[in-house]
Amino acid sequence: MSAWSGSALSAPGVHSLWTESAPGGTADAAAHGAASGAAHEAAHAVARMTLAAARPVERIPTPKIEYAQLAPVLIVLGAAVIAVLLEAFVPRRFRHYAQLFLTVVALAAAFAAVVGLAAGGHATTRAGIAAMGAVAVDGPALFLQGTILLASLVAVFTFAERRLDPADHGHRVDSFAAEAAAVPGSEQEKAAVRAGFTTTEVFPLALFAVAGMLVFPAANDLLTLFIALEVFSLPLYLLCAVARRKRLMSQEAAVKYFLLGAFSSAFLLFGIALLYGYAGSVSYGRIADVVDGSAAPVDPALASTMGNDALLLIGFALVLMGLLFKVGAVPFHMWTPDVYQGAPTPVTGFMAAATKVAAFGALLRLLYVVLPGLRWDWRPVMWGVAIVTMLAGAVVAITQTDIKRLLAYSSIAHAGFILAGVVAATPSGVSSVLFYLAAYSFVTIGAFAVVTLVRDAGGEATHLAKWAGLGRRSPLVAAVFGVFLLAFAGIPLTSGFTGKFAVFKAAAEGGAGVLVVVGVISSAIAAFFYIRVIVLMFFSEPQADGPTVAVPSPLTMTTIGVGVAVTLVLGLAPQYFLDLAGQAGVFVR
Amino acid sequence: MSFPLLTATAVLPAAGAVLTAAVPAGRRTAAKWLALLVSLGTLVLAAVVTVRFEPGGARYQLTESHAWIADFGVRYELGVDGIGVALIALTALLIPFIVAAGWNDADEPAATATRRWRPTQGFFALILMVEAMVILSFEATDVFLFYLLFEAMLIPMYFLIGGFGDRAHAGSDEHAAAQRSYAAVKFLLYNLIGGLIMLAAVVGLYAVAGNFSLPGIVEARASGDLTMATSTERLLFLGFFFAFAVKAPLWPLHTWLPNAMGEATAPVAVLITAVVDKVGTFAMLRFCLQLFPEASRWATPVIVVLALVSIVYGALLAVGQRDIKRLVAYASISHFGFIVLGIFAMTSQGQSGATLYMVNHGISTAVLMLVAGFLISRRGSRLIADYGGVQKVAPVLAGTFLIGSLATLSLPGLAPFVSEFLVLVGTFARYPAAGIVATTGIVLAALYTLVLYQRTMTGPVKEDVRAVKDLRPRELLVVAPLIALLFFLGVFPKPLTEIVDPAVRHTMSDVKQQDPRPEVEAAK
Repeated sequence: MSAWSGSALSAPGVHSLWTESAPGGTADAAAHGAASGAAHEAAHAVARMTLAAARPVERIPTPKIEYAQLAPVLIVLGAAVIAVLLEAFVPRRFRHYAQLFLTVVALAAAFAAVVGLAAGGHATTRAGIAAMGAVAVDGPALFLQGTILLASLVAVFTFAERRLDPADHGHRVDSFAAEAAAVPGSEQEKAAVRAGFTTTEVFPLALFAVAGMLVFPAANDLLTLFIALEVFSLPLYLLCAVARRKRLMSQEAAVKYFLLGAFSSAFLLFGIALLYGYAGSVSYGRIADVVDGSAAPVDPALASTMGNDALLLIGFALVLMGLLFKVGAVPFHMWTPDVYQGAPTPVTGFMAAATKVAAFGALLRLLYVVLPGLRWDWRPVMWGVAIVTMLAGAVVAITQTDIKRLLAYSSIAHAGFILAGVVAATPSGVSSVLFYLAAYSFVTIGAFAVVTLVRDAGGEATHLAKWAGLGRRSPLVAAVFGVFLLAFAGIPLTSGFTGKFAVFKAAAEGGAGVLVVVGVISSAIAAFFYIRVIVLMFFSEPQADGPTVAVPSPLTMTTIGVGVAVTLVLGLAPQYFLDLAGQAGVFVR
Repeated sequence: MSFPLLTATAVLPAAGAVLTAAVPAGRRTAAKWLALLVSLGTLVLAAVVTVRFEPGGARYQLTESHAWIADFGVRYELGVDGIGVALIALTALLIPFIVAAGWNDADEPAATATRRWRPTQGFFALILMVEAMVILSFEATDVFLFYLLFEAMLIPMYFLIGGFGDRAHAGSDEHAAAQRSYAAVKFLLYNLIGGLIMLAAVVGLYAVAGNFSLPGIVEARASGDLTMATSTERLLFLGFFFAFAVKAPLWPLHTWLPNAMGEATAPVAVLITAVVDKVGTFAMLRFCLQLFPEASRWATPVIVVLALVSIVYGALLAVGQRDIKRLVAYASISHFGFIVLGIFAMTSQGQSGATLYMVNHGISTAVLMLVAGFLISRRGSRLIADYGGVQKVAPVLAGTFLIGSLATLSLPGLAPFVSEFLVLVGTFARYPAAGIVATTGIVLAALYTLVLYQRTMTGPVKEDVRAVKDLRPRELLVVAPLIALLFFLGVFPKPLTEIVDPAVRHTMSDVKQQDPRPEVEAAK
């Protein structure tokens, strides 16, 4: 307990050493002098002196790490490392249970740590920056980490589902390949299937991905941002490639995701380099100070580039591209349908929910912390992206015939709605986005979990034509999927409506009435294809050779049950969660 | 704390819907009786509401108010004025008849029934769910709450239209299913798009007012605490009005109604036109006029013209229909034109007339449509040309059909006459030309109803019609009370006008409109 409070108290001290001294000096100078040129020069001189005094030039100080505040990330990472060891040392037949147990315990413990931090006031009054300025521990970070952890927890249940496919050679099978390294169709693969191998590595991979996602929205400097991005992206590329059925398609999806993801990482890195050239620092706080002119150039080597607006604008555009790629916004969405379709469906659900939460979190922090002074430069661009994303996602989804691709385009349209809340640029905009992300992730995981249930001889029956008449064969499954579709469509009394209303409200208050109108239009377009699926399920005659609905184990049932419960609760009585998101609406700087 | 009577009128049918849906597959008769009992219980509660409501009292009575979503400025606020009471009474009155009339509509042949697929239970559960939402929407004084219900009621309606079609279809089963699904989707998309446009306006209203309480906003506007730019008010008005005009439905947004009423079973068609669509016209009175009085006055000329087009166009198309149910649908479009005309004539007679019209049209259309449904289910065809001479083989059926027809053409002595007369008088007082055009609607109504009666009921008995049996006791029990009510309200409309008039006076003062003085007096 004492270690906890001690570290928490020392956090602002460290923080001030690096960032607060310079603006402090300027503020003093500005308070005393008028806004004349001379006073400005004086301010810079003071700032330079303070910085020179405060910064030990020769020595690199021992980093001070607030372990308690980083506990959620550390728990997940530690569990991931242990999971790798389990993979190496535990006998094959016990691995599934050991891994599942470890993963669930780790995610639950990390969530408990998040709740503990929030209860300790780290979301509000004691919000601060930890780990030498690398990681922010504040309301949005904790809210998003909690969302990611809960979403991952229910998503992991679908990873572990082994009752959907009939047993193969007497071994129960899950959605993942027997041996990912075996060439599809080869003797080696057949041998692996006969031996009953399973890819239990998916659990440590998922844990590593979650750890990266936890850091991503909390990253407080650009390098941490980049590293977190890579930490969660690389496991996801692998997870996409390990489907048991349609392996070639799965591998193709993974390669596509990897190539495009690597490309976008390169953009991000290039942008980081340019921003460093602009600000002389990768810390969000420093860049923000340079942007609003309250910090002076310090490094003589960068004197020629610092404060150069061209670097800022180009660098920022590149960083933005990297992030918009991850959220799947148009025109950086090309990977989404292919990857969503090819990846094993449990992974798709996990990715669609958790990645989106993490990436939007990072985007929010970047836009709100780094660029408040540059708002009017990035706003028109973001407006354009939001409008195009909403419309393109909805329009292209109409032509889809595969349920997973349909949901992929729907996720693009939803990214557009969320962007509408992002550009509101107000605290209520932040909290509306937080709420939307929480609501959306559970609907998505639930919907993909239902997709795993509808099967025929070739595995999941994802072609829409096969879903005809599902409502007559399995009214309950169809009704549950109907609830998810209605939530996607934003029909009142579901979480989708509450989220959409929150976002539109924030956008309208932020003066983006046009976005509300476009959002409403694209909602109307989107309603068409969600309704089409409902028509298909309930009003069409079942096909003679239609798919069957597998009876899942309690694991998948839990996932779907939680999805439905969250959808309805957030639709009927959202106040508590709106409050939570509202309290979490302020970023620490 | 007093008993939450208004909530109870909605909770009872909603709970009934859940229970009905849960009845096991083999016990579908139990589900029917349960639904009927619940709808009768709701009628009792509605009667209590009507009795407890004091016409001369406060504007909104039996109010309830609870915190709900503070972040959006949304409260769970209920309250009824006279207009709301009249429509709640109408809804609660019609649902038992709709349930009784649709007694066997959803039963599937035993061969296709499965353990899990329970269409009968679903049918009655959906009807009760619609009832709950409609009643609550008549009670909501919070704009957001109203919007939620306005949109959410589309979903059960959609399943009622698409899932339980008319068996008497000309084409094959597949063709029928395709038609039905088309009608259901068209219904949903039209109304959903209307609703989404309203959503933009609801968001806009929040941005301007900061909360959603109807009495609060009206008061703030009247006292000058809340001002709206003219253009803002007009845009918001249009957003709201568009949604209500789709629902009502007003020309040119009406095209979903003939499809929906044609493909749905007769009781569901009654539910659409007599109950659900009334939410649209009710909301024009309650929300458009009160929230945006200036914009309402600004838009009045255009809306009056649209209403006139609806009256004449609907009537003309009704004359040309070959399908009985589509004919009733077009007749309804004409009648909704009268209701909208009465509302936007901005006179107290017009608005009282419009409110009475909503109630009377509900009853008269129910009689006509339900009897038509009984007839259609006997002969298995919706085409007028397939009938002839029915009055010789089924005199009671023909007689009730005649009364329904006469009510539809507003014969003096039957309830619709009172309301139509009031609407016309109210319109003449302000827009004499519009009154004259609207009167042609009456002439055309005589044409389409009497021609319908003549072609189906009189003349030589057609071969296929010979087997048509007269009304069964259950069917007679459905129709007789409604007919009695038509006569009663036609001769003695006072109970209804007493409840409605004070509410109309309030609305008129909100819109800052006074009745124009009669022309004759001015000439003296």
